[in-house]
Amino acid sequence: MSAAPVLSVRGLCKNFGALIVAQAIDVDLFAGARVGLIGPNGAGKTTFVNLLTGFLHPDAGTITLDGLSIETMVAERRVHHGLARTHQINTLLVEMTVRDNVAIAIAEREKFAWRMMRYKPQWRACLEEAQTRLDQIGIGAIGDRIVRELPYGQQRLLEIAIALALKPRVLLLDEPAAGVPSAETHHIHDVLSKLPKDIAILIIEHDMDVIFRFAQEIIVLVQGRVLRRGVPAEIATDPEVRAVYLGRTVV
Amino acid sequence: MTALNRDEPVAAPPATSFGAMTSGRSWLALVGHALPWAIIIVFYFMAGGYLSLGTQVLIWILFALSLDLALGYAGIVTLGQAAFFGLGAYAAGLFAIHVSPDPILGHIAAVLIAGLFGLVTGAMILHTTGVTFLMLTLAIVSILFEYANQARSLTGGDDGLQGVKIDPIFGMFEFNIFGETAYVYAAVVLFIWFLISWRIVHSPFGRSLDGIRQNARRMRAIGTPVWWRLLAVYTLSAAMAGSAGALSAHATRFVGLSVLSLLTSGIVTVMLILGGTRRLYGAFVGAAVYYLVQDATARISPYFWEFVVGLMLIATVLFLEGGLLDLGRVGRRLFDRLRRRPDPT
Repeated sequence: MSAAPVLSVRGLCKNFGALIVAQAIDVDLFAGARVGLIGPNGAGKTTFVNLLTGFLHPDAGTITLDGLSIETMVAERRVHHGLARTHQINTLLVEMTVRDNVAIAIAEREKFAWRMMRYKPQWRACLEEAQTRLDQIGIGAIGDRIVRELPYGQQRLLEIAIALALKPRVLLLDEPAAGVPSAETHHIHDVLSKLPKDIAILIIEHDMDVIFRFAQEIIVLVQGRVLRRGVPAEIATDPEVRAVYLGRTVV
Repeated sequence: MTALNRDEPVAAPPATSFGAMTSGRSWLALVGHALPWAIIIVFYFMAGGYLSLGTQVLIWILFALSLDLALGYAGIVTLGQAAFFGLGAYAAGLFAIHVSPDPILGHIAAVLIAGLFGLVTGAMILHTTGVTFLMLTLAIVSILFEYANQARSLTGGDDGLQGVKIDPIFGMFEFNIFGETAYVYAAVVLFIWFLISWRIVHSPFGRSLDGIRQNARRMRAIGTPVWWRLLAVYTLSAAMAGSAGALSAHATRFVGLSVLSLLTSGIVTVMLILGGTRRLYGAFVGAAVYYLVQDATARISPYFWEFVVGLMLIATVLFLEGGLLDLGRVGRRLFDRLRRRPDPT
């Protein structure tokens, strides 16, 4: 691809005391990219997402989103610049309905969440868009349910629906299928395969089935350092990767 | 937290779903809205010697309502609400003595000063949460208390601020010994703040506060400037509490040092939790019940009422998650269960 990357990370470093969690990480995400980020537990995958989204601040390095330097920007402003994420552990408004969870994100995206007066038509539009988005990922029927009552798998899908409602240019998926019973993961796979083509996506996943089906490129992270990067076929057969992560039985 | 087991029925969620708000047009909801205001109006004509007590209840309802915005809706766990109430009271009293005896001007001044104080202190402490925040609010109210105690020439210290004289409202309605003017004045101010609060908690802004209370991290992830939202509602809550303080100063033409005491913060919190948070009307029920219990039991023994209120608070917290306003729902659930039980199969 010749165009400039949507998201460009250079020399990203982060330590928690003596523990190195990110060590000079370089990553480029182009529009439409599907990049898988894998690595053993504690490799720094979620930390990487937290650094990108502003939930953590890097010790060194730059993060550029569409030519805009964002590494010092607070998390909420990065979202408005087109960087959305899902969470490894469901992070939802559990006392609200499914539809309100999405609508509230749309209200923030449209920057009218400050409104205290004259909001009815806009809010109705938010609810309608929210319903459309829920329909699109196949959970439209549960729009009126309170999130707390939902099975875990549907909450995982809601995480994705909320992130998509922000109309991101870069989407970071932190283990979208984590904790979902294997009988239900196919629904998550369907949703992943139908994500808008123009969004650049970085996905963390332990389920190698998902990763190898979804990603065009895979980055292997070990102890905060990029061990390998390449197309799935290369990664799957790389002896070092297999030794540290995949194990001998997989693939 | 998360229901992993799909087959297990989940208890009815608390009434924070905003879907309920749009379906609230039934006659029952209308009665629910009309009832408290009808009581406030009828009380005016039937109170007799109790009118001043009624005014106090209205003032504390407003005070508890201000706390509901911060504590109930936004989840800001504060024990410093007395700072704004006391500041509003002193501001209104001092304004009447030194600037102008006009009650409306004095009231506006008190609201602005309390709001500004909320804005400044909120900006300093709202980046903290939990116990840290709680301690900081305690510190702020304690500092104000001690300042008011020491600055005798300004505040009268522990003798209180005396010599407050207030002009008639709009030059027509004089504050008299029977307290009719004060009662209507308090009721009108409460009504205005109630409308504002109602509007706000159902607005997108209010929804985002509810979201922040439930999960601030989620809100940041959708781009909500959490700190600014909290600062906005904290400032508003402070202004409202200042308004209640101004009412208190105007109604009694006196400001006692106790308006700034920690106990004042404690009492308003007890009222709100008794009545129920995140309902707006919880403040009404809580303040009214608190005063009713105080009045009824104080006749038996001067300290007995504290015991009764304490017991009620414990019972409420243990059995009524949503405060006394939950009684209806809990009763209905109990009734349903009893009706189902005789069937041994």
